[in-house]
Amino acid sequence: MSDPVLEVEDLTVSFPTEDGVVRAVRGVSYQLRRGEVLGIVGESGSGKSVTSMAVMGLLPASARVGGSVRYRGQELIGAPDKELQRIRGGRIAMVFQDPMTSLNPVYPVGDQIAEAVRAHNDVSVAAARERAVDLLAAMQIPRPRERARDFPHEFSGGMRQRVVIATAMANDPDVIIADEPTTALDVTVQAQVLQALETARAATDAAMVLITHDLGVVAGSADRVLVMYAGRPVELGGVDDIYYTPRMPYTLGLIGSLPRLDGRSERLVPITGAPPSLLDLPPGCPFAPRCPMRAEICDTDEPDLLAVGATDHLAACHFSADLDGRRPEDVFAQTSLDSAGGAR
Amino acid sequence: MSEQPLLSVQNLVKHYPVRSKGVLRRRNGDVHAVCDISFDLHRGETLGLVGESGCGKSTTGRAVLNVQPATAGKVVFDGEDLGAVGSARMRKLRQRLQIVFQDPYASLDPRMTVTDAIAEPLRIHGRYDDEGPGRVRELLATVGLNPEHGNRYPHEFSGGQRQRVGIARSLALRPDLLVLDEPVSALDVSIQAGVVNLLEDLQQELGLAYLFVAHDLSVVRHIADRVAVMYLGQIVEIGNRDELFDRPAHPYTQALISAIPLPDPRRERIRARERIVISGDVPNPVSPPSGCRFRTRCPKFAVLTETEQRLCVEETPALTERGQGHPAACHYAEVLTVV
Repeated sequence: MSDPVLEVEDLTVSFPTEDGVVRAVRGVSYQLRRGEVLGIVGESGSGKSVTSMAVMGLLPASARVGGSVRYRGQELIGAPDKELQRIRGGRIAMVFQDPMTSLNPVYPVGDQIAEAVRAHNDVSVAAARERAVDLLAAMQIPRPRERARDFPHEFSGGMRQRVVIATAMANDPDVIIADEPTTALDVTVQAQVLQALETARAATDAAMVLITHDLGVVAGSADRVLVMYAGRPVELGGVDDIYYTPRMPYTLGLIGSLPRLDGRSERLVPITGAPPSLLDLPPGCPFAPRCPMRAEICDTDEPDLLAVGATDHLAACHFSADLDGRRPEDVFAQTSLDSAGGAR
Repeated sequence: MSEQPLLSVQNLVKHYPVRSKGVLRRRNGDVHAVCDISFDLHRGETLGLVGESGCGKSTTGRAVLNVQPATAGKVVFDGEDLGAVGSARMRKLRQRLQIVFQDPYASLDPRMTVTDAIAEPLRIHGRYDDEGPGRVRELLATVGLNPEHGNRYPHEFSGGQRQRVGIARSLALRPDLLVLDEPVSALDVSIQAGVVNLLEDLQQELGLAYLFVAHDLSVVRHIADRVAVMYLGQIVEIGNRDELFDRPAHPYTQALISAIPLPDPRRERIRARERIVISGDVPNPVSPPSGCRFRTRCPKFAVLTETEQRLCVEETPALTERGQGHPAACHYAEVLTVV
């Protein structure tokens, strides 16, 4: 196996606020090799986006970032802006959820892609423009030469996102980080954008981090999956391990909560309660209050992310061994109640 | 299903005027939001209305409640034409027709306690009497919330809990029909499942009919008895749930189902190769394409001969059964398994 292009080690992020310190990310580690796709899944507030913003060095100055992020061995945390600018957009590219925030509304899209090309390569304006047209064509934008002169508002949502992906692949990056790239889009457009992402990844042979809350999107495109909960990775493994033999109750619960398009779900298996506030987390496992397998130790000791059975499959649960071969409905109650309620 | 349907929508049309900018605000066109759709809904049944943004599914939901008058067509609720009844009668009928909105953050007044929010419909219709407080507590319990928390404000609840409050509020007047407009799409999956289960339980207990408007086909497959697929203001296919998902006959339905990634890596690796990816975007509803509205993006249209294509361009396909077991609005309907 090749050396990893991106190594994240014990990354932590906290935000001081008036009410106290919000510990948004509490120790994320992963390695990424060329051509590999890592899916990061989790619910709102699980820290999946903040993790990637920290990797890119895009967090506001008030954020306290700890740990280490190495691109080809070079430390990025605390690196001078000048260094980061060389890598950001060039070697590590990012695709955000809302293309309208990554595109400048007052410049034609072709100019914006060309700008990205010229920021990292010593080429003429004409050559950069030519490259922009090629990239738009690669993203299957019809009549790319004419469309390069159009402004972002003249494109539909799905096309805008493809323009952003074209910009991301402009400099042949080693890593593409896509943060909820299809979340606001309709399904038929989502299929177009996912295809465009795959095209971009194949063309550049980059590694990709795909952040999403949609377990379907990850199933089709990721090699490995990292599940996050309350700012911590709670499970990491090959995509098949995560979906078919999860070893953390939260992952199992997520899978049980999903209604199935192929009609296999009789009754959904919800996880009661809501994720904890990251403001003052109690000790112990953050999932314990919602976990049907909770025991005394869960309230006092936060479990480490440890290997379970198969190689490269890690889970953070004191009782991960007990989950072997169990289905969501064996572990969770098929209720319609909310844990805060419980009146009936 | 021979009994009279609880709700019957007949040839419903809803256009919104598009006006020019400036002082004159000349009317220079119409958004064809809903064009000639018909369906029935029986007591205790769930009809899923699915489609992408702008297909007219929410407009249909609102038209059913008679919040905005329809441009043409009829909405018949329990034998009465809602467009023809007077406002006093409508007020009476509206107690039996309720709606749950998508965003539980926007649909609750932040300055009203949860008890007040749930009591409001009762007060409006003069039904909040001595038993009112008891009824509100009962409703809170029904939707799985702690009745002791009634004096709290919406911001003290999570998204899923707020949606439960919205449901309790819609149940206050003991309705027969609920229009559920994307009721779970703002919620995280683990929370969503609890609300879906709640809706199923309530239907069982109270015999409610649901018009379930959603863009998430997985949720609709789970909860609906029948499904209608909309595209640019028209129903392109309608049928029993399993029939429609397992044997879709309209190319749009097929593309829609095929586009959804399954949370099942092994099957997804195979499906990804066979995925029907339709190009382009939904056309402007101010000037929809002639004939079949889907033809500009239709993968089937693309492979037809020129003579065959002429039919699609010239003639709007009717929503009828063409030997596929359920109605589909395609001249060349053909069953294809895509899940």
